[in-house]
Amino acid sequence: MFLKRLLSNDMPRSRLLALLLVALFIALAFAPFIFPGVKALSVAAKILVFVVLVASFDLLLGYTGIVSFAHTMFFGIGAYGIAISASRLGPNWGAMLLGLGAALAISLVLSFAIGLFSLRVRAIFFAMITLAVASAFQTLASQLSDFTGGEDGLTFKLPELISPSFEFSEEPFLGVSLDGRLLCYYLLFVVAVVLLLALLRIVNSPFGRVLQAIRENEFRAEAIGYRVVVYRTTAAVLSALFATLAGAMLAIWLRYNGPDTSLSFEIMIDVLLIVVIGGMGTMYGAAIGAVLFVLAQSYLQDLLRVGSEAASGLPWLAALLSPDRWLLWLGVLFVLSVYYFPTGIVGKLRARAAR
Amino acid sequence: MKALDFDWKPLLLAPVLAAVALPLTGSFSTWLTLTVAGLAMGMIIFIIASGLTLVFGLMDVLNFGHGVFIALGAFVASSVLGLMGDWTGSQELWRNLVAVFPAMLVAMAVAGAVGLAFERFIVRPVYGQHLKQILITMGGMIIGEELIKVIWGPAQVPLPLPEALRGSLLIGDAAISKYRLLAVAVGVLVFGLLAWTLGRTKIGLLIRAGVQDREMVESLGYRIGRLFVGVFVVGSALAGLGGVMWGLFQQNLVPQMGAQVNVLIFIVIIIGGLGSTGGALIGALLVGLMTNYIGFLLPTLTQFASILLMVAVLLWRPQGVYPVANR
Repeated sequence: MFLKRLLSNDMPRSRLLALLLVALFIALAFAPFIFPGVKALSVAAKILVFVVLVASFDLLLGYTGIVSFAHTMFFGIGAYGIAISASRLGPNWGAMLLGLGAALAISLVLSFAIGLFSLRVRAIFFAMITLAVASAFQTLASQLSDFTGGEDGLTFKLPELISPSFEFSEEPFLGVSLDGRLLCYYLLFVVAVVLLLALLRIVNSPFGRVLQAIRENEFRAEAIGYRVVVYRTTAAVLSALFATLAGAMLAIWLRYNGPDTSLSFEIMIDVLLIVVIGGMGTMYGAAIGAVLFVLAQSYLQDLLRVGSEAASGLPWLAALLSPDRWLLWLGVLFVLSVYYFPTGIVGKLRARAAR
Repeated sequence: MKALDFDWKPLLLAPVLAAVALPLTGSFSTWLTLTVAGLAMGMIIFIIASGLTLVFGLMDVLNFGHGVFIALGAFVASSVLGLMGDWTGSQELWRNLVAVFPAMLVAMAVAGAVGLAFERFIVRPVYGQHLKQILITMGGMIIGEELIKVIWGPAQVPLPLPEALRGSLLIGDAAISKYRLLAVAVGVLVFGLLAWTLGRTKIGLLIRAGVQDREMVESLGYRIGRLFVGVFVVGSALAGLGGVMWGLFQQNLVPQMGAQVNVLIFIVIIIGGLGSTGGALIGALLVGLMTNYIGFLLPTLTQFASILLMVAVLLWRPQGVYPVANR
């Protein structure tokens, strides 16, 4: 009963999916203890950031049916908000909150403007316009080097409590040293869980239902009496704000931010891939997809290296299997999943369970 | 369209822009240099954009993977020109042109052939579904870009201009680079051929009829499906040609070049009205001129100039300067 309330009545509706989600939750909750090592913890933190980022994008693409390419712009605003305030005002909580607040405000205004502007144009125009706006914003970020550090980006310090140098216990617990890095991870974990539950709440509210109605048939939704314009703009703004928070999470974890880290078009493509592979229109799909993708990104390259060395007798095959070409295989997987799994992993699992 | 109905206002945009820029740039010779440079850049952008707007306007396919054909054309041309070193290195113009034209033809052929496969395996399952088209062609672009990296390597590839096309002609004080003149000539040729094919030939008539009422034309015994595949191939080949022109313009190729140009192309066809060839020409010329004027007057704003232009045009005409009526 409590769980049902917590998940806003949006149960996994598939035993396998439920199992996957529970396993995922446990793995992320105890990641520092189950998977020791610096790389594993970074991968886990990146998963947390991407779960929020992708879920926020799914609110737009999967639930409302809006294709936007400017989502990483808001991600970048969040990351720069923390980065700029921390490097200017010093490592304290007040500065972080100020930076976050300013970032949220900027995202709000920008997404509102883009949302309103998009009302004048058709859906396809919107996709292209956001692409142009995002690329302009990226250029802006690298040109305002006094403010953003240009191409080099900004490296900054955060409050003592969540920095690696802070140790609150001499004795390691279960073989893991209790330091600020661990606290930082758990800060991200709690924030990610709260944000994902909030997004679940949003999409399963009456508001979320209207969004889905708009996705299915805009004309009818308008005819029933919903102001499509208002709902669409609200969805765009909400989605931008959540992306901003995800960006702030990224900056807090890396204690660095630059154009390539949070604004690059590659991240936008990653997000798109994750949403489609995981399953559009389900928050669980965003979570599952993000985990699979970040794991693939982090470990597929090692696997390909093995394959490439095994195929060294055939130069062209070795070139295809080179670790740098991992995106090629992901692209193939993406096209195949649009072909054969149009509803993504979650949709497929749910359809199987319903049979 | 009857001559009386013709919407002439958009035609004035480019001349007006040029006229506004004249007093701002200060001297006439600077203005002339910038204007010719802008027109040439616009023509190159038009060649690339025409393929995309053709595919969208006629087949209703939004191809986000268009950039792959641009990059492919440029890389193929670099290989072809690399094989013909003694022709491109020659001082004589005709020998250079003899080298450049086969390179263009090969690039168009390869881009067209890949376009055929792209249509069959990527686009065909998603006709009529815009969202999926955007997604799957994006996937196609990732695959294409990675394959280019497999074949030509991930690093930059130089694509130097042939000897006789380097340098500038001096008209008074205005320096006009020779390559830009070639670009204008090729662009005019492409536009003329497209307008003539679509407006004056039987194939053009069938294509236009097929867009209006597909079943009717098919019941008359014409295979519209095949014709439209042909349109896609031509669109890809045009992107390949545009890629060669753009590559020679930049003189430096990276596998991501297609994705980089895509932004500019989208701006152009949005300004023009998705699907309109004439609109794409106007949009391309506006973007080319704007980029060059702003690049001279306020260099830091260069990246934003074309976006501001697009916003302004959309506020005036939300569907682009020449809206395609039946979409």
